[in-house]
This record gives sequence, C-alpha cells and structure tokens, in this order.
Amino acid sequence: MILLDFDEQILPLDEWIQNFVEWLVLNYREHFQIAKVPVEKMLEGLEWLFNTLPPEAVILAFVLLAWRFAGKMVAVFTLVTFLLTGYLGLWEDTMTTLSMVICSVFFCALVGIPLGIIAGRNPRFETILRPFLDAMQTTPAFVYLVPVVMLFSIGTVSGILATIVFALPPIIRLTCLGIRQVHPELVEAALAFGSTPWQVLRKVQFPLALPSIMAGLNQTIMMSLSMVVIAAMIGAGGLGGPVVQGLNTLDIGLATIGGLSIVLLAMVLDRITQGFGKRG
Amino acid sequence: MNDSPEKIRVQNVYKVFGDNPQKGLKLLHSGLAKDEIHSRTGMTVGVNNASFSINKGEIFVIMGLSGSGKSTMVRMLNRLIAPTAGQVFVDDQDVAAMNEQQLVQLRRQKMSMVFQSFALMPHLSVLENAAFGLEIAGVSKSERQEKAMQALAQVGLEGYHGSMPKELSGGMQQRVGLARSLAVDPEVLLMDEAFSALDPLIRTEMQDELINLQARAQRTIVFISHDLDEAMRIGDRIAIMEGGRVVQVGTPEEILQNPADDYVRAFFRGVDPTNILTAGDIARDTQTTIIRHSGGGPRATLQRLIKNDRDYAYVLDADKKLLGVVSTDSLREHIDSGSGDDITAAFLSEAQSVEATTSMQELLAELTVRPWPIPVIDENGRYRGVVSKTQFLRTLQRNGD
Repeated sequence: MILLDFDEQILPLDEWIQNFVEWLVLNYREHFQIAKVPVEKMLEGLEWLFNTLPPEAVILAFVLLAWRFAGKMVAVFTLVTFLLTGYLGLWEDTMTTLSMVICSVFFCALVGIPLGIIAGRNPRFETILRPFLDAMQTTPAFVYLVPVVMLFSIGTVSGILATIVFALPPIIRLTCLGIRQVHPELVEAALAFGSTPWQVLRKVQFPLALPSIMAGLNQTIMMSLSMVVIAAMIGAGGLGGPVVQGLNTLDIGLATIGGLSIVLLAMVLDRITQGFGKRG
Repeated sequence: MNDSPEKIRVQNVYKVFGDNPQKGLKLLHSGLAKDEIHSRTGMTVGVNNASFSINKGEIFVIMGLSGSGKSTMVRMLNRLIAPTAGQVFVDDQDVAAMNEQQLVQLRRQKMSMVFQSFALMPHLSVLENAAFGLEIAGVSKSERQEKAMQALAQVGLEGYHGSMPKELSGGMQQRVGLARSLAVDPEVLLMDEAFSALDPLIRTEMQDELINLQARAQRTIVFISHDLDEAMRIGDRIAIMEGGRVVQVGTPEEILQNPADDYVRAFFRGVDPTNILTAGDIARDTQTTIIRHSGGGPRATLQRLIKNDRDYAYVLDADKKLLGVVSTDSLREHIDSGSGDDITAAFLSEAQSVEATTSMQELLAELTVRPWPIPVIDENGRYRGVVSKTQFLRTLQRNGD
C-alpha cells in the first residue's frame, strides 16, 4: 500500500492563491488604488521639488547636510557624487531615485517605529510579528511584484510599495531591540517616580533607543536603494531604469554607470544618516 | 488628621512569583514550605505573610541576605511589585487596592526611591536627573530646576549640575540619585540597598550624610540592606527577613540582646557588640544601694554590706540621684577615725559614674582601672545600675558563641 503518492495527491495551494488574488483584484482594486494616494502625493511633491530646484541648490543642500552631520570628508564625497551623476547624464534619474528613497523611508519610519515600539514593550506582539518580518525580508521580490502590479498597476508608486515591503523590517527590528536594551532599572526608576506608561516611553525608552532606531533608519535607507533596480522592472523610474535598460540591450556601459550612481548615492546617504545616529 | 505614629502598615502580605500565584498561595496556606512549592510548581515565594509597621520619621531598615525577599518587600510599598495578597497601608490608604491614577499620585507626591545601581538617566544631565521626578509630575521648568538645584546642594553637589552622570564617581552618582528623591520632597524615602554598590569608605560617608539629612527633615525612611553594620548604624528599628518571612522587628539593641531565633543570632555572629551596646543596655541593678537619709549612717551601711556579702555600696538621694560609692574598707577607715555620721566622707574619691549612652568600648577603659562595678546614670543623673566585669564579659560571650 502506498501512503504517500506525491504524483496524485497534490494540494492546489497555487490555484487558491491565484484565485484569491484575482478575486481581490476584481472586487477591491479601487480600494488599493486609494491606498496608494498618500504615497503618490508625497512622491509627486518630492519629485517636483528636486526637479524644480536648480541642481546647484540641491547639491549645496546635501553638501551642507553632510558637513553638518558627518564632517568635511563626507561633504567632499557628496559633492563629487552629485557632480559625477550630473556629468554622466543621470541627474534626473538620481533625483527620482532620491525622491523614491525618501518617500519609502518616510513611510517605513511612519509604520515601522510605532510597530517596533509596541514589539519592544510587548513580547507577545513581537512573537506574532517576527514570522511576518522574516517573510518580508526573505521572500524574493519577484514573488510579490506581480500581485503588487495587479493591485496597484505599474509605475513608480508600485515600485515604492514593493520597496516598503522589503525595507520595513530592519527599522521595526532595530526599534524593538533599542527599546528592549533600555536597562529595566531605568524603567523601574521612571515608574517609581510616578511615570505613566506614556511618560516611560517618551522620557526614557525612546530617547535611549534613539541610536538603535537611527541605525534601523540607516538600514532601511540602504535596503530601499538596493530595491531600485527591481522596482525599475515594474516601471519605476530613477537610476534603476538605465540598469534594466542596459541589461535588456546588453549595453554594459549604460548598466554600469547606472549601478555606479546607485552605489555612490547609497554611500552618501549611509554616511549622512550614520552621522544623525551619532548625534542622537 | 491622625495622630498615630504609624506611617506605613504592612499586613499579611504575600508575594508569589510564577504562572499561578493564587495556587501558590493556596499551597502555602496548606502548610507547604517555600522549597517544596518551588520544586513542585516552579513558583517562587518572594514574601511570606509579612506584617509590620513603620513609624513616622524613623529610619526603618529591612535586613536580610539575598533571596530573603527584602527587595520584593520594598517594591510592594510603592507597588512596583503588586502583592499577591495582603494590604499595604500608607497613611491608612491601601496601596494594594489603588487604581493606576491613585498609584501614580502616590509615587509622585508621597514616596520616592533610591536604587542600588543608581538608575540615573544616562541621556540627562545631573540637573535634569535631579529634576526628573518633578518633570514627571508636571512641575514647570523654572520651578523644578530651582528645587533640583536645592536638592543637589543638600547632597553636596553644587557646581556639578551640568555634568553627565557617567562623568561622576559612584558615590557622586548616588548623591545625584539621592538628590532626585529629595527634590520631590517625599514623605517616605525608599532606599533599596542604596549604598551597597559603594566602597566602604564612601558608604560610611553616605550613611552619615543620610543621618544628617534626617536630622534636618524628619522623613520616614525605609532602608533595605544586607549589611548588618549599616543597619545598626543608621536604623532606628530593624526588620530581619529570612526566606520571605519577617523573623524579627525591633531596635538594634533589642535584636542584638534578644535574637528571635538561630537565624537572627547567626546574623549577629561576628558583630562586635561593643560597637552597638551601651552602658545603659548592659547595666544591672544587682548591687547594694543606700538611700541617704538620717538612718543611713556609715555603721548601718557597713552592716548591710557584710550581711549581703558585698564590697561596695552605691549611695543615692531620695530622688535616686547617685551621690557616691563607698566600700567596706572606706567605711571601716571612716568609722575607725571616729569622724562622725556623715557617710559622704567615706566616698571613694575616684569613683565616677558613666552615662547610659556610653559605649561598651569607652566603658572598658574605666572598668579595667577600677576594682568596683561602674555605676551607670541616665540623662537625669538617676542611678540605673552598675556594670561589673563579670557582666561585661558575659555580654561578650553571649554574642560570640
């Protein structure tokens, strides 16, 4: 007798998922379209800002930011990076990518920091949250690109949504860790002086978790940048565009300058935000 | 509104840590020992039926070894740990039954706490740390800074308000911790092993500081300690805890002289009683005393001494004030010289009394050079008894075995 017959006994999970997504698209597509409005508005605003401002102003702003928070070397490096992307003919793409990254990081922080705080203060919530974070970080982006496109259609906004899925976990995890690492005696002391739970968070846990939260923000930025190329596959603009285009046409030169710009931009943002962290 | 000297009353308080504290409590009531409950259910009995009261303005030391439940006990006074059963009354209000809001008010207004590990906020300056309790209570910035500065001055930290805690030594950090508690002007100060992390010299200094502060403002201080010398030094009364139970409550002298059980006695082994006991504690009214009046002449006194088989007599006036000491020899000499009935002429000129508060160490010096038992008087000059060499040695021996 054969107990296990994997040729005959098949669980049609794939079909179920297919049907579920199709049902979702058929009935709730409008709702999903509404959900992307805030992201869309913010992105439009940022893109308008970066493209309206003369490049000189943008460069000056970032160089000053780098100088203020990360020192002279990083300021010089920032200047070189932005000048290079401009001279490579990728200024507009760089500005789009910058807008996308800022936009996705903003929403990651908006959702991720509160979730991380709750998880940090409530171990049971963290236990529930963890498998989802694992899935978000390890599921290949290509798996959820198709449903994202089906629900939100192609374009830069869908690219940002896919980016958020991938870049959200580190800020949740590091916020949670930061809250956990606050010495229990400090929490006890705050309570002993009559703090409400909200005061414990605001006066003790949050300020002490700030370096860790900033590290999470930094990781989220880096992961957002690493999604730039994949986002470009579903029609997102920016520096991913030249890379995808270069791959499709075997234009190694084009792909390389796109990739180089992404790497340099990533390094600039990393150094500046690490500077923030040290200040905090 | 109430005249009772009582500030805090702990009544049949239990704390069981674990999954099902009520079940643990039931097992405890059914007569199971702490260890049995732990091995059977994995639950830990922190405090087991503690009852005692703490008076206004006293320094009450809760003493015990680690695991005796003393830290749990102090945390139940401000409900950082909620009791499993029992009541904790602060000014007749049951802390165990308070809602969140009442509890917050209690902690902001009545009680503050000093921690063993200092528990200073590393992201705040010394001034901000000292003002922390006031900030939590919503006091305006200018007012809380002013009060925090005063509190820092009280603990001798003027000029350090701008420093960060990590820049200070351990002793100074704990002064900041103390200032933080004083700034809110609490009625009750809870001190959880507050000086245990400091080195011995600084610890003694801080103890003196605390006693000084207490002399200026009579707060009720609950002090947790595992150090007997510390408890003896600063405690008006001491509660000794063992395995979650309160084994004995009393003044240091009471406990030292009359330990409730072997555990308490073991605690005091190695303690030098000459540091703690005073002449008044060990004085015994065993000697012959003579009330000086018309009938108490030298001859009658000598007769009584011979009859009682004593060598010395202590002469008092009608008010029990000590007038002098006579010996059989001095009396005989006096009678032989035929100088009349005035007994004062027979007084031993070197005989001096000591006050009841004289320490045993000081007493020893006197005791070694005088052949007679040293008379002890109280603050009003009244005779309390004598300390003989035998009595002194017996005290040493009882504590040494």
